[in-house]
Amino acid sequence: MTALSQSVPASGARQYRFSWADAGPFLALAALLALGFLVNPDFLSETNLANVITRSAYVAIIAVGATFVISSGGLDLSVGSMVAFIAGITIMFMNMMAPSLGVWAIPAGMAIAVVTGLLCGLANGLVVTVGRIEPFIATLGTMGIFRALITYMTNGGTIPIDRSLREAYRPVYFGTLAGIPIPILISAAVAALGAFVLYKTKYGRKCAAVGANEDVARYSGISVVSTRTIAYVIQGACVAIAAICYVPRLGAATPTTGQLWELQVITAVVIGGTALRGGKGRIWGTIAGAVILELIANLMVLSDFVSEYLVAAVQGVIIIIAMLVQRFSK
Amino acid sequence: MLSRKWVAAVAVGALMVAGQALAADKKVVAVSIPAADHGWTAGVVYHAQAAAKEINAAFPDVEVVVKTSPSAADQVSALEDLSASRKLDALVILPYTSEELTQPVKAIKDMGTFITVVDRGLTDASIQDLYLAGDNIAVGANTAKFMIDKLGGKGDIVVLRGIPTVIDDERIKGFQDTIKGTGIKVLDIQYAHWNSDEAFKLMQDYLAKYPHIDAVWANDDDMLLGVLEAVKQSGRTDIKLALGGNGMKDIVKKVIDGDAVTPVETPYPPAMIKTAIYMTVANLIGQAPVRGHVKLDAPLITQANAKEYYFPDSPF
Repeated sequence: MTALSQSVPASGARQYRFSWADAGPFLALAALLALGFLVNPDFLSETNLANVITRSAYVAIIAVGATFVISSGGLDLSVGSMVAFIAGITIMFMNMMAPSLGVWAIPAGMAIAVVTGLLCGLANGLVVTVGRIEPFIATLGTMGIFRALITYMTNGGTIPIDRSLREAYRPVYFGTLAGIPIPILISAAVAALGAFVLYKTKYGRKCAAVGANEDVARYSGISVVSTRTIAYVIQGACVAIAAICYVPRLGAATPTTGQLWELQVITAVVIGGTALRGGKGRIWGTIAGAVILELIANLMVLSDFVSEYLVAAVQGVIIIIAMLVQRFSK
Repeated sequence: MLSRKWVAAVAVGALMVAGQALAADKKVVAVSIPAADHGWTAGVVYHAQAAAKEINAAFPDVEVVVKTSPSAADQVSALEDLSASRKLDALVILPYTSEELTQPVKAIKDMGTFITVVDRGLTDASIQDLYLAGDNIAVGANTAKFMIDKLGGKGDIVVLRGIPTVIDDERIKGFQDTIKGTGIKVLDIQYAHWNSDEAFKLMQDYLAKYPHIDAVWANDDDMLLGVLEAVKQSGRTDIKLALGGNGMKDIVKKVIDGDAVTPVETPYPPAMIKTAIYMTVANLIGQAPVRGHVKLDAPLITQANAKEYYFPDSPF
């Protein structure tokens, strides 16, 4: 209830007041860019930045959905496996349709991807809400299920996309529109839509209310079950969009596709300023978080200071420092 | 009436006894391997099942049973299940881990079973009757030799390595020992965890960092797929060679087609499980002596011999 009553009047006033807490992830991003330039001037080259932001698009798109799930007090560990599963279904469907539909198999496959994503999200949501299973356990279960299904579908190997579709589909990852890579445009559109829903609609307010205090939300007449379930469905749709952008990059799905992405997604959301215990969501912060994660990995390769054996440790330290900077800037 | 029933009963009984005797005469070869969770193990499963089918058809006296397990603990249980119901004449095993499987395999050995160990050794080498593996040092060394030759003894290269394990270390060691003293300079070496997506990103970063790269070595073909995509996207033409390793069918196909950037491949073939099964059966059926250590070399796969290593129906 506190989140609900505060956020409504505050939204008008916020525009006039600079909030260090909200700016935190963007300050961290700026600091990282400056650090990167000092380490290696090539870091800020247009090609490098375009590469890094483009490949952060998957995690960013999925993390927009995760912002809904987490701010409503849930958690979804299954997203990485779900990407692989949806990518597998999509490729199999496209390959099946290629002889009869030709290039039109691609949009048809995309539609199948979205439907599959919605259904996977709905399944997660129902297990958590109607089944009343802890989100951690429920989605740990579906994580295993999706991973096993993609392994089964591929026989442990790979499902490559039909050669006739490969070139036609490639631009969805590698193409540009007005000089901007298409995955960046897609993730910007997803984020804009997500921000609108979370900040400007009744559903967005319900999401935060349910995450802040489930009981108070229920007494206020909000359906906790439907609010949380819808958050998981949104998550499923976001995973499907990420899968649609993922398939054209390497043109295949394998049992290792999307492995550990769930952890990157959760990290991006938290770096972005969303509280892991729920009640507060920051869509643009999430996007900044996803870019920060990818920039750190990029910086590790472009610098010569860090031994290949210690890369993961330095990444961990940078993430913790970024979080501490945010904490103390409040 | 009565006597006819008796005759029928005796006949059926006789048939059953004969069937029992027939089944008892069959030599049972159990094959225990990891379940398919990535390309290479998927290849192992494919070739083990192919070997079982071929041998069961060719030798009526032999029954090859293949059992896959998704973890070390499951593999231990699988061994117990396989050996509980009948006597095993031979066991061919690709152990998940050395430590956990050593005791369970020894227990089966003590029942008088012939033990063939493939790829990963047990901690007690006295348990195995036959040990068969590939040569990871040769995978690195042979790739390096080709690269030195092709680049004329000098050039700037980048390397992608896999998951920190003995396999990865051996391949890298074989490579680095071979290029030592030549003009080949390793600009950078980083882990990409045998994963195409990570390799794609890492290669993009290498390309951003180094304006000139003569060659790339990814010590596994999954990673090579990501590397090739990143190079293609960059449009760079300075990269003369991009080599992998393992013998994935997509890469062997490139060699067959005479690809300019990937003209050769080094095998660490999952089909080695098939070699092990056939050798074990040769011992059981033909009394061919097979006890000992067998190390498959990693000869360069070129356009001339690539057909031998190409399995279009295999998942790997």
